[in-house]
Amino acid sequence: MQISAKLRFATIAAATTALMSTATLFGANAQETYRIGYAISKTGPGAPGAATSTTPNYEMWVKEINDAGGLKVGGKQIPIEVVEYDDRSSSEEAVRAVERLINQDKVDFILSPWGTGLNLAVAPILDRAGYAHLAGTAVTDKAPQLAQRWKNSYWLLGTGEQYAVEMAEFLKGLKDAGKINDKVAMIAVADGFGIELSKAGRAALEERDFDLVYDKTYPLGSQDLATIVNDIKSLGADTFVAFSYPPGTLGLTEQSRVLGFNPKIFYAGVGTAFPLYKDRFGADAQGVVSLGGASETDPKIADYIARHVAFAGREPDRWASIVNWASLQSLHQAIERAGSTDREAVNAELAKGGFDTILGTYKPGDQNFWQVGQWQDGKFVGVAPTSMEGAHELVFPKPAWKAAN
Amino acid sequence: MSILKPDFIKPVAIGAVIFAALAFLPSLVDSYYMSLAISVVSFAVLATAWSMFSGPTRYISLATVVFFGIGAYTVAVLGEVLAFPLVLLCAGLAGTVVALLVGFSTLRLAGVYFVIFTFGLTELVRQVVSWYEVNVTREMGRYVFLDITQNDIYWQLLALFAVLLLTGFVLGRSRLGFALRIIGEDETVAKHCGIDVTRVKVALFVLSALFMTLTGAIIAPRWTYIDPVIAFNPMLSFQVVIMALLGGPRRLLGPLLGVIPLTLLFEVLTASFPNHFSILLGCVFMVIVYLLPGGVVGLYEKYRAPKKRTLSTDTETTRKSEEKTA
Repeated sequence: MQISAKLRFATIAAATTALMSTATLFGANAQETYRIGYAISKTGPGAPGAATSTTPNYEMWVKEINDAGGLKVGGKQIPIEVVEYDDRSSSEEAVRAVERLINQDKVDFILSPWGTGLNLAVAPILDRAGYAHLAGTAVTDKAPQLAQRWKNSYWLLGTGEQYAVEMAEFLKGLKDAGKINDKVAMIAVADGFGIELSKAGRAALEERDFDLVYDKTYPLGSQDLATIVNDIKSLGADTFVAFSYPPGTLGLTEQSRVLGFNPKIFYAGVGTAFPLYKDRFGADAQGVVSLGGASETDPKIADYIARHVAFAGREPDRWASIVNWASLQSLHQAIERAGSTDREAVNAELAKGGFDTILGTYKPGDQNFWQVGQWQDGKFVGVAPTSMEGAHELVFPKPAWKAAN
Repeated sequence: MSILKPDFIKPVAIGAVIFAALAFLPSLVDSYYMSLAISVVSFAVLATAWSMFSGPTRYISLATVVFFGIGAYTVAVLGEVLAFPLVLLCAGLAGTVVALLVGFSTLRLAGVYFVIFTFGLTELVRQVVSWYEVNVTREMGRYVFLDITQNDIYWQLLALFAVLLLTGFVLGRSRLGFALRIIGEDETVAKHCGIDVTRVKVALFVLSALFMTLTGAIIAPRWTYIDPVIAFNPMLSFQVVIMALLGGPRRLLGPLLGVIPLTLLFEVLTASFPNHFSILLGCVFMVIVYLLPGGVVGLYEKYRAPKKRTLSTDTETTRKSEEKTA
């Protein structure tokens, strides 16, 4: 290909100008603001999850505070300024973006990225630089050790084990009442989350004298799980448990519906509590069980959902979104209680807890949210721990699929 | 051997001075610039190691991340069991063994088949590791808690890069390097000269893979958490190829000329246009392919030093391979 010298020169000149003009954008302006920074997966495998549970909450939080005039700090109103980056779902990018937020942008607070891997990648850097870390979307069995290791880190969603154990305990109650038999078919996605929960679930179920008649994993990203559903259908298990990710969750529900597999308890993983589940399956969502849940009769939660719909044009998911929002409310109150934007003062307030949030009185890291939830009449409500206030009665057995054609 | 001749000593001495100066970087800049420096040096090692094999043989390998990931995983598995130098040794061994297996089974493939194979290898290794973790250890995702600071990582990478350049420099003047150049020009001729083509290629492939593996092992402590998706991210292989091609893979320092501008460009794009990164990156690649088909080194050779070498064919091949990968 021949390119004229002029065109070549023009392109290089244009490219140079573009680069230089971006360089000038780095110039800082010294207006009094509270600078919040975050790197989030806008592209790559983490993008759909980040856009569901994390980004809308961050944006809505900033907008609501700024619309009200800003944070009330020591008699002044300070607006929030945001610095955001795309970590492209890569650990290395997330590490670098956080270094940039700390050293270049010198932000006052850094909100967490999406997913277990990226939260763990940035945790040591935040700790070293003295930033608090509200890890809103990490599920890890090491959560308690991590909180000790990095003292200003809060692992909001807790361990995989707790969800599995709570579910097993709940199933035991049903078994002891003679409602279900002791056969459980379990599958899990071959990824950190699925493996951790199935490992804990296996132990918890066997300890409670359940018989695991099926126990396999399926590859990440796989949606066609019809063969698995067919295998399980003939095993006579009253309980089906899938520690799945969104694509698998939707695929499993669809194929169970088509193949007429309708166990008394149908437990599916991440994605069940997403509003899109209800949109896709309509009345057939009725009775499906999963992790998470929301007390939608609670006016605070109902108000939060309504505001989220007004802001983002869609409902929040009923698990991580709610916990994330509670942590943002906590941060807001911690800054105002500290009466200063000083990082250490804010961190100290965060550690004290006692915040008034949609989860009631809350300290980041508290696990006072629903571990097992169920779709009931278009709402994803909490059913366990049964000791929690507002626990719904389980819809049992799961009604037959309606639109099986 | 020509080891002690002045034309050997002088470049090595200059290099030693430059590297010694670079080792003081951590005391001059803050940790953001250190993380940028780590990025530059790690890509410099990867792109130079890639070019060491792919430059002379003209095989486009997309397996960079396979070895990088093996290194990172070795650290995740052994990091808390052995001392770090021993871990690096094990990583090097693992990388070498895999490279030998891959080398002997595939370096008879030519052209696009080799490209496709190396790309598929990434997925294969990732799935094998996933299978093992799911079915044997039942623990997906590993934690790397090592007290290795950012500066330690930088110094290790810098040392690795120095060793790599020295190796490349010695190699360029050795019989093996000469054999490689003949293979690159014409494989049939090389066979007729009595060169064991496959063995030479495998030897170089292993050497290049060894440096990639060590890079992965050195970087791993930075991430704290490693799972197969994180360790075997195919984007890395593409980035390395593009950097090496921009610089010019047929000179020892050529890749470096691609690594520095591109790493800085990625950084500016990410920082200033977080929402338009991918589309701008695409535009930059088109500019490179159309305006700099021979890489930065090609440009230099064209305007400054019109030596009587097979320049035009160099440029043609590089451009073709660039089009393939872009």
